[in-house]
Amino acid sequence: MRITKRAATVALLTAATVAMTGCSASGTSSDSADAAACEPAEGKVDLTFTSWIPGIEEVVDVWNEANPDIQVAVQTGPNGNGGTYANFFNQLEAGNAPDLGQIEYDALPNFRVQDGLVNLASCDGVMDAKADFVDWTWGQVSFNEDDAVYAIPQDSGPMAMFYRADLFEANGIAIPTTWEEYATAAEQVRATGAYITNFSQSDINQFAGLVWQAGGTWFGNDGENWNVDLTGDESIMVADYWQDLIDRDLVSTQPPWTTEWDNAYNTGAAWTWNSAAWGANSIASGAPDTAGKWAVAQSPQWEAGDEASGNWGGSSTAVFTGSEHPYEAAQFALWLNSSSESLTMLNEAANLYPAAKAGLDLPVLKEGVEFYGNQPIYDEFAAASGQVSSDFVWGPTMTQTYNDVSDGFKAAVSGNGTLAEALTTGQSATVDALKAQSIPVKE
Amino acid sequence: MSALTEPVAVPTKRAMRRAENTPKGPKESPLSRVGAMTVMLVFTLYFLIPIWWLFVAGTKSSSQFTSTNPLWFADFNLFANIGNLIAYRDGVFLKWMLNSALYAGAGALLATLFAAMCGYALAKYRFPGRELLFNIVLGGVLVPATALALPLFLIFSQVSLTNTFWAVFLPSLVSPFGVYLTRIFASASVPDELIEAARLDGAGEVRTFFTVSVKLMFPALVTVFLFQFVAIWNNFFLPLIMLRDETLFPVTLGLYAWNSQVNQIPELRGYVLIGALLSIIPLIILFLLLQRFWRNGLGAGSVK
Repeated sequence: MRITKRAATVALLTAATVAMTGCSASGTSSDSADAAACEPAEGKVDLTFTSWIPGIEEVVDVWNEANPDIQVAVQTGPNGNGGTYANFFNQLEAGNAPDLGQIEYDALPNFRVQDGLVNLASCDGVMDAKADFVDWTWGQVSFNEDDAVYAIPQDSGPMAMFYRADLFEANGIAIPTTWEEYATAAEQVRATGAYITNFSQSDINQFAGLVWQAGGTWFGNDGENWNVDLTGDESIMVADYWQDLIDRDLVSTQPPWTTEWDNAYNTGAAWTWNSAAWGANSIASGAPDTAGKWAVAQSPQWEAGDEASGNWGGSSTAVFTGSEHPYEAAQFALWLNSSSESLTMLNEAANLYPAAKAGLDLPVLKEGVEFYGNQPIYDEFAAASGQVSSDFVWGPTMTQTYNDVSDGFKAAVSGNGTLAEALTTGQSATVDALKAQSIPVKE
Repeated sequence: MSALTEPVAVPTKRAMRRAENTPKGPKESPLSRVGAMTVMLVFTLYFLIPIWWLFVAGTKSSSQFTSTNPLWFADFNLFANIGNLIAYRDGVFLKWMLNSALYAGAGALLATLFAAMCGYALAKYRFPGRELLFNIVLGGVLVPATALALPLFLIFSQVSLTNTFWAVFLPSLVSPFGVYLTRIFASASVPDELIEAARLDGAGEVRTFFTVSVKLMFPALVTVFLFQFVAIWNNFFLPLIMLRDETLFPVTLGLYAWNSQVNQIPELRGYVLIGALLSIIPLIILFLLLQRFWRNGLGAGSVK
């Protein structure tokens, strides 16, 4: 951001000397929006909305049809980290950000510390909607502050375990319900020549989901200072657990989302995947030859009898600072993310798994899924969603944190260092990054 | 005019080639010859295998994509894949290809014209500050286009031109390298006497430029056009920053956007592959058509 800001200053100076126009950009990119100003406008309102969900246009069309006074123009592009977040920041700087934008939970704090989000708490109906959303998703958008809502939760990625039901049964291996059993099963699976799963060296948010399940959290904010805690007890426990499996060659360590990785699942070389609800489609497309052989169970637990789940992914709809119509924008965001009509369409178009409670009972999410032997797998995810802790908090520089931890993980899976050491490195790198951006951080 | 230049250029090249082949030249050992061929072969493979892979991948159905040999064919589904790609989302891919063709075609054409006029003026007219101007342009060659994208975005924001056709088109019209090349080429290949003669015959400066000088500078102009066309066609960062409206995307940005959504919509992977294959075809055609001029232009610029 430092470079961006400097480039921006240079550009603004250039613009001023060329005298292209009289009005200055800094005038429009206002300070944190006044929460009290959330009033309905008179007459027709036009809103702009940027998202990267393919097919969201049809959903917005439905809204536009029903709400002639609040017309939304939607634009799609690359996903958040693929450029859309950078664009949002540029647009906030230039004062022409859209009214609404899609932001993943782990990126919200970044926008929050840059004063890019409107607090919607005073907008009519927003606080009342709290009960309509799964608790933890509301925690993600309110940062667990009172009287604060910085976005409306859209989708979520509660985690469970995908497993090859046929292979477990044919080899007489019990489905693990605890991580201890999972490690035992890993040995048995390895004895057949396959791996129980692949440990992802670059999906750090998946690892965060596992820490989340274990009851840990990576960040905290006491209202003044950020607290970075990548090396808490739970994180180290999870890291040591997977390090042990890697050391004993009980899990494979292929880079995820590659053809080799798909192929391992397709050929039965990998038997389980601890992943999110949206992962159901990834297996179905990556391993088409295994149709009908998969099933879904709750994630293995750290203590037998526990009921805890993690979350991987999910996004929200935020209203940007500078929007002239936060009231109407909030109404649209609420409809988009809690009406069953919209949620059904979003699920069909892009497999979004809703964050709204009512969304978990959508008819499409109650049906048996053919690829999973007609198991109604989303029942498992609905149960998992209810078990996700509300306490997990993301930091304001997640891209940097992911990169640093991922570098360490990549080294660790090739034998240099350990996962726990990677977290330690990530910890100090993150503290440095926060300081470099003048974000107050507790040592 | 081109009839005049060619007989001059071609015999020289032939003569050079003859000189290489005659035994008079320094003797080349068979070993170094084999070595050179091997190196070239390795590099040819290095550059062609990804394209081969892309072509093979484009012919496969999505289920065979992961499960079959990546460098050899399975069932031939190329045309079905192309059909699906074009049908997807009401043919938005074709729209992107057209956008790219428009940005790159019209942009490169105008950029070449501007560069030619500028380079010609710098080469043939004497005026105060000429060298300074040229040096500033040369400095422009050193600034990567990527570094300019963000400042451009902020400037375009001031005049509300972001997310429009012009946001990508206008910056594409500038080619400092083109100015450099045309200046060098103009001073070498457009004789002052010829311009004098044209003036004596009563032609205005503009007419002289278009009827006499442009024809003499043609190889350089083709080179500039090709350079600029490829640069605009492959330009990714500027559209990424400037454009939000999918219908304005060039094909690079569109495919990138799809690729970033593959985790959510797995069938997009197939579309990205086949789309990437189709998107390089215009470049290949252009190179095949213009490579003769291209070689001339490159040689001329470098020697002088």
